[in-house]
Amino acid sequence: MAAGAPVGAGGTSNIYKGSGWKLLFPSWVIIGIFLLAPVLMMAVYSFLTKEFRGGVIWEFSLNAYDQFFFDRGLFGDEPPTLEWTYIGIFWRSIWQAGLATITCLLIGFPTAWFIATRKPESRSIWLFLVTIPYWVNLLIRTVSMKFLIRDTGPLNEFLLSLHVINEPLGLINTNFAVQLGLFYSYLPFMVLPIYAAVERYDFSLSEAAADLYASTWTILWLVILPVVRPGIIAGCILVFVPSLGAFLAPDLLGGAKTFMIGSLIEEQFKGNAGNWPFGAAASMILLTIVMCVLLVYARNQNKAEAR
Amino acid sequence: MTSPGIAVSVEQVVKRYGSVTALHGVSLDIRENEFFTLLGPSGCGKTTLLRAIAGFEDVTEGHIRLKGKDLVDQPPFKRPVNTVFQQYALFPHMSVTDNVMFGLLRKGWSRQEAERRVRDVLELVQLSDFAARKPGQLSGGQQQRVALARALAPRPEVLLLDEPLSALDLKLRQAVRMELKAIQRETGIAFIFVTHDQEEALTMSDRIAVMSSGRVQQVGPPREIYEAPVNRFVADFIGETNLLDVEVESVNDGMAKVLLPGNRRFECPAAAVEARGAGHLSVRPERISICAEAAGDLIATVTGHTYLGTDNQLHVKLVDGEVMSIRLQNTESTLLPKTGDVIGLELEAGAARLLAD
Repeated sequence: MAAGAPVGAGGTSNIYKGSGWKLLFPSWVIIGIFLLAPVLMMAVYSFLTKEFRGGVIWEFSLNAYDQFFFDRGLFGDEPPTLEWTYIGIFWRSIWQAGLATITCLLIGFPTAWFIATRKPESRSIWLFLVTIPYWVNLLIRTVSMKFLIRDTGPLNEFLLSLHVINEPLGLINTNFAVQLGLFYSYLPFMVLPIYAAVERYDFSLSEAAADLYASTWTILWLVILPVVRPGIIAGCILVFVPSLGAFLAPDLLGGAKTFMIGSLIEEQFKGNAGNWPFGAAASMILLTIVMCVLLVYARNQNKAEAR
Repeated sequence: MTSPGIAVSVEQVVKRYGSVTALHGVSLDIRENEFFTLLGPSGCGKTTLLRAIAGFEDVTEGHIRLKGKDLVDQPPFKRPVNTVFQQYALFPHMSVTDNVMFGLLRKGWSRQEAERRVRDVLELVQLSDFAARKPGQLSGGQQQRVALARALAPRPEVLLLDEPLSALDLKLRQAVRMELKAIQRETGIAFIFVTHDQEEALTMSDRIAVMSSGRVQQVGPPREIYEAPVNRFVADFIGETNLLDVEVESVNDGMAKVLLPGNRRFECPAAAVEARGAGHLSVRPERISICAEAAGDLIATVTGHTYLGTDNQLHVKLVDGEVMSIRLQNTESTLLPKTGDVIGLELEAGAARLLAD
């Protein structure tokens, strides 16, 4: 890595010398307006005092974070003990998002493999089919899913009419329903990066491994998975991160029992019950968790390349 | 059944892809400790045959036996043969050591034994200093040697090499040829080497099988292939040759009497050909010398020459319009005829050969 990069950069940089920052200017403006400014605003709001009807009072306060982590009793005068409610919601969200990521990987990898090993002409058709549901708004898709699996929905009606079941399955408002929603929402984000990696995969590596006495599963485990790993990791991040903050699927399919971070934050900014600094603080904590995940990935990536 | 001393025996192997036949009943015996080359133009079936031996292709008909044992129904990972791939196919995420150790561990060697073997093999290919590198950090020549080490490490009964030198540049290719040959001698493993480069085949092989359109045309040591080709294809594909249309008068005990263009008689060895009628005489450009017009077997007009460094190539035209080329060694005493001169050509007795079509 260290040897390769400067050569390539040195070869073409002369014409652009000194104008690099000018070319980057539009990107910086966009990143500044749409990324840095909102995050900064959120960070600032999380340290302000709440106004009872939504909004904030410009007065420094650590109350939002305090409320997240500590329980000081009904009137705030008892010695602080750890508050498990929100940590529990976070923990459940991470668990749900992780499970959704694993489900997407288990279904997405074979799907991507299947598409990437078709004839080049038919690959684009398969990719097109995978992306078709995404032409419909996420909200509408999630609501449709709710209608499909609810007790009086087509799935239960169908199974009842066949006498496979005697009473509705009771799928709605369960963890399973949330998983189904997350899986359905984010599967293509898993399929597409893995597809890109598998498409570049050199199948003579599999032949070489078979030639060196490796069975099919050994080839998958020791050669294919490590070689397409960047695609798998990219897919996992693209599914995990939005799943973690998702609120449509948990709201519409999960109900109160499966409350997730996304819904918690959404509630703080909605209606009169809201608490903006608390919502901002929860967002910042979520952001920190996501950043940590990405940093671990980036460090692994660097290590793998340096080795 | 195969006799002792035969490493691989290919028996009547047919390979069809739908309506296309890639191999038309190929039979070959590859001996133990032999550097055996499959030589032919692209699409001749040489790579298909190699892949069939490795197990990557099923054969439609026929048998492939390794030391007498039929391989045909065995998957690649059960065949005690290893392959050096054309683009090397090194595992990019593994170090040189791990690449070479891969086959050993899959074969159930202990880690300790495997590590010792890896050290030995890397020493053999002179890569000990690069053991910890990844393939991406090596040059093409080094990658080629890793591929060789990886395939040699599990001590295969036969090593298969699929045009392993084609990705290297010319200078390196020439150096690696000698190295490869030396390694083959040192290990005593039979090498089956696929190439379309006749120079490679001639310089490295103990025996060569020349293939074209799914058939073996001739099998023999390099000298025999070059000096005694059995047909036009072999004569034309291996090295440079002049093919003259001649009239066959008689063939007796492998010697033919022919009438050359210009009506002079000539006697030469013959491959299996019709006893009478039209034939082709193959004469290598370096086996022709120039002489006075009256003394020559052929009379020709010089049309030009090309300077080749070690040689001068003379282009001439015969009385019947046929074009020939002649190689004259580039020494100071060589007097080159000028363009337009009429000269006599003397064909070296025994070096010209009458061929079937």
